Amino acid sequence: MSAAAPSQAVAAFALRMGDNCLILGHRNSEWCGHAPALEEDIALANTALDLIGQTQLWLGLACEAEDKGRSADDLAFLRDVSGYRNLLLVEQPNGDFGRTLMRQYLFDAWHLPMLKALMGSADKRIADIAEKASKEVAYHLERSADLVVRLGDGTKESHARMQAAVDFLWPYTGEMFLADALDEELAAAGLAPEPGSLKAAWQEHVSRTFAAATLKAPEKSFAQKGGRRGVHSEHLGYILAEMQFLQRAYPGARW
Amino acid sequence: MDAATISRPAVAEIWSWLGEIPDPEIPVISLVDLGIIRDVAWAGDLLEVTVTPTYSGCPATGVINFEIERGLREHGIEKLVLKRQLSPAWTTAWISTEGRAKLRDYGIAPPIEGTAACAGALRPFDVSCPRCGSQRTERISQFGSTPCKAHFRCTDCLEPFDYFKSI
Repeated sequence: MSAAAPSQAVAAFALRMGDNCLILGHRNSEWCGHAPALEEDIALANTALDLIGQTQLWLGLACEAEDKGRSADDLAFLRDVSGYRNLLLVEQPNGDFGRTLMRQYLFDAWHLPMLKALMGSADKRIADIAEKASKEVAYHLERSADLVVRLGDGTKESHARMQAAVDFLWPYTGEMFLADALDEELAAAGLAPEPGSLKAAWQEHVSRTFAAATLKAPEKSFAQKGGRRGVHSEHLGYILAEMQFLQRAYPGARW
Repeated sequence: MDAATISRPAVAEIWSWLGEIPDPEIPVISLVDLGIIRDVAWAGDLLEVTVTPTYSGCPATGVINFEIERGLREHGIEKLVLKRQLSPAWTTAWISTEGRAKLRDYGIAPPIEGTAACAGALRPFDVSCPRCGSQRTERISQFGSTPCKAHFRCTDCLEPFDYFKSI
C-alpha cells in the first residue's frame, strides 16, 4: 500500500466521524431554549457542546490528513449535502423530545463501543481523539439510556411516544454496521474496526435497555443507507442552509 | 552558555507563575490546580507549554490559552509556543488537593474519583453538600452549568449546588 493511500483513508474516516458529531450536535442545539425542563435543556446543550468539540478534533484530523490547506471550519461551512458523510440517523428531524432522546440513545450505544475500539487504532491521532471523546460519550450514553428507561417505562403517553420513536428511527440504525470498500481498507490497516464487529455490543445494550424500558424493537426492518457515501435524506439540506448561511452569504466573516 | 540560556527563567519559577493564573470559569482555582498544564520545557530560547483540554468542547479552552500567553509575556517570556496534548486524556484525578479544597470553599463539591460514567447503569454515590456538609443530597441532573459539572441539591439545607463530576 502506498503512503498516500492510508492518509486519504484516514481523512475520509475522520470526515465520517466528524460529520456524525457535527450534525447530531447541531440537531441537539436546535433544542436550546425549547426543552421540556430546564435541566434537560442544559443537558442537551452540554451534549451538543461535547459533540461540536469532538467535531473540531475529527475535522481537524481530516484536514491534516488530506493536506489540501482546508480548515475544520471550511469543511463544516463550505461543503454541500453530497460532501457530508454522516449517518442518516443523526440528520433525522428532532420530532418530539422522545424521538430526540431515542436518536441520541441509538447513536450513543454505537458511538461508545466505536470509540473504545478506535483507542487501539494504528494511527495515534485517531486513538488520541477516541480516548478523549470516549470519556464524554460515556456520560452521553449514561444519560440517554437512563431517560429511555424512565420514559419508556413511564406513563402511557410517554411509553407510546418512545415506542413511536423506536419504530420511526429503527430503519436508520442498520447503516452503522454496513461495511464498504473504505471500511475494509481501514480495518485491514488496523486503523478502525470492521463496522459489523460493533453490532453485538450495540444489540446487547439496546436489548437490555429496551427490556427495562418495556419497548420493542421492530422484528423486520429495511436498513436505510447512503449517508456515509454522501446520499442523504432531504433533511440535511435544511440543516446546512441554516448552519452555513452566514459563511455562504458573507464568505470569511469572523468575530 | 549563550545569552538566551542565561536569561531564561527556571522551569520551577514558570510553574509558579502558571499557578497564579486562574481558571476563567472557576476563578478560585488555578490552571495548575486544575491539572491541565502537562509540561513546561525550554527548547533553546523557546518555551514550550503543553496543555490538555478538559472537555473537547469546553469554551474556556481558547481563553485559557490566551491567559497563559498573556501571563507568561507579563513575566518577560517572549518566545513561547502552546502545545495541545490529547493523550493521556485529562482526568479529574489530576485536580490538586489544594484545588479540591478551594472548590469546596467556593461551593462546588469536588469530584469523587472512580465514579466516572461507564457503559453500565447509573451507580449511586454520596456527594457531600459543600455548604452544610450533609451527605443527604440528590442528583438533579448529570449535566450542570458547564460540561464539567452536574447539578445536585442538598435535602437538609435545601440549597442547590454544583458537583464537579469525575471523568
